[in-house]
Amino acid sequence: MASEVRQAPVENLGSGGERRRDFLYIATAAFAGAGVVPVAWSLVNQMNPSADVLALASIDLDLTPVQPGQAIKTSWRGKPVFARHLTPEEIASAKKVDVASLRDPQKLEDRTKAGNEQWLITLGVCTHLGCVPLGAAEGEVRGDFGGYFCPCHGSHYDTAARIRKGPAPKNLEVPPYQFKSPTSVTIG
Amino acid sequence: MSFPWAKQFQPTSEVGKWIDQRLPLPRFIFNALGPGYPTPKNLNAFYNFGVLAGVALVIQIITGVVLAMHFAADTRVAFDSVEHIMRDVNGGWMIRYMHAVGASFFFGVVYIHIFRGLYYGSYKPPREVLWMLGLVIFLLMMATAFMGYVLVWGQMSFWGAQVITGLFSAIPLVGPTIQTWLLGGFSPDNATLNRFFSLHYLLPFVTFGVIILHVWALHIPGSNNPTGIEVKTESDTIPFHPYYTAKDFVGLGIYLILFSAFVFFMPNALGEADNYIPANPLSTPAHIVPEWYFWPFYAILRAFTADFLGVPAKLWGVLAMFASILLLFLLPWLDTSPVRSNNYRPLSRILFWVFVAVALALGVCGGAPAEEPYLRASQLLTAYYFAHFLIILPIVSKLEKTKPLPNSISEAVLAKYSKAGSGGSSGGAPLAQPAE
Repeated sequence: MASEVRQAPVENLGSGGERRRDFLYIATAAFAGAGVVPVAWSLVNQMNPSADVLALASIDLDLTPVQPGQAIKTSWRGKPVFARHLTPEEIASAKKVDVASLRDPQKLEDRTKAGNEQWLITLGVCTHLGCVPLGAAEGEVRGDFGGYFCPCHGSHYDTAARIRKGPAPKNLEVPPYQFKSPTSVTIG
Repeated sequence: MSFPWAKQFQPTSEVGKWIDQRLPLPRFIFNALGPGYPTPKNLNAFYNFGVLAGVALVIQIITGVVLAMHFAADTRVAFDSVEHIMRDVNGGWMIRYMHAVGASFFFGVVYIHIFRGLYYGSYKPPREVLWMLGLVIFLLMMATAFMGYVLVWGQMSFWGAQVITGLFSAIPLVGPTIQTWLLGGFSPDNATLNRFFSLHYLLPFVTFGVIILHVWALHIPGSNNPTGIEVKTESDTIPFHPYYTAKDFVGLGIYLILFSAFVFFMPNALGEADNYIPANPLSTPAHIVPEWYFWPFYAILRAFTADFLGVPAKLWGVLAMFASILLLFLLPWLDTSPVRSNNYRPLSRILFWVFVAVALALGVCGGAPAEEPYLRASQLLTAYYFAHFLIILPIVSKLEKTKPLPNSISEAVLAKYSKAGSGGSSGGAPLAQPAE
């Protein structure tokens, strides 16, 4: 730099001491930056989910065969989803609970869609360390509260899939979904 | 850079001279690992582990390149291609076991290498950059080992990927976005497997590059030694070749015997049996545990079971786990004692062994299921881990009354020898065992 300053003719210095060459440096850096930034971003962005992965980001689920008291397991975004047809007794027992006493206070109404309260749709991922809880398939243990039971570290969920006992911090997550018809939903 | 008495490289043949004037690579090797590198003459067996780590990396690269010729990075066939290597590829079982056992051994020798540095104060000025480059290599190794483990696409691979990338989801606001970005989807899948394969192949060569910087930084001040005092004169040193090359080959022989014992007689002793079950995203193994070399850090991660100070337990665990390694970067400034070697620091020496015990106990807790008494033990041990570096070491290094240091390495060696061999031959005899 020092030698360049010496070489620069005095008449090229502006009032603030800037040289014509400074403009060239800034223009070069700006031009290079304008090229590098989008390329760098595309190199970062290529790691985000690709179109085919996103295409499977929502699924349709037919609930017709699920009788009250039964549940089905499906897979959404690579994670298990439980869709459970609650019996009137299960709905009643979920509503009986004092919400304020819960670790993650939520009402059954907050976790189901209005008019379709009998359909409890949640992720089958324990909120403790991500294990898959038992209770969706026929004959599986449903825990002390009749919902789901995680065998890894003993988390018990109730009939609204709310955490009642054990190490998990949160209720089973409810994925975003819409009812397309009374017996069919789109998840995601 | 070297000591003024270092032997000079002198090519003897005409070809040697011709090359030396154009690309002085033989001169570079001569000065780095040959007679041109004067080394303290009192280095003990623990100073062998840097070379062993280098050999371990070379074994991983060679076996890894061969395995990549037969492996298919696609979730539908990855597990089967590993079994294909085990059953069908000629000698494939041996190559794969060398790679799997080799990873464990690499971590084993690197842990001894790190604890050697801790004991003899090798991180102290003027070797801070050398120390920090070593930690960078350690971090690269951890990333590489984790991604390599996922490639097998067994149950532990899959759930390990789920748990480890899940760590990033603990970051407030952007966490889930980062996790999705790392995975290339919403759970570990084909995109994850492919990028991990690409990076698993790349990072060992990045590691190799950092090792060159590590050795470069080593050669500026020269090797530390068990007394921790500086080299003063030529009588304190011996040329690296033939003295330490010969000594390192003895250690290498022992290393390879142990390595072969594992590869041929108990290849799965250090691994998790669950990883021989193909990955199943809809079923979790009862206990998700990483390989043994990650256990201490896994214990720190799981030690946080309650939210406090408004920060969720999960985020505390993640922060503590990363901090437990990043803290080591600050070690040269946390331990302010001017005496390097713990041989002359009576209090710090005891605390070193306590720390070794704590680190091992954390390992036991990390390998155990997440239940009592291991959780409570992890919490106490994690607290001690941080207290050791942030409270105990800074205070001890201020207050400790150290033992008198010898005037020179040579004096320390001769004093030790005359004590051990009193009555026998003396005088010229120390020269017979300069490496001890």
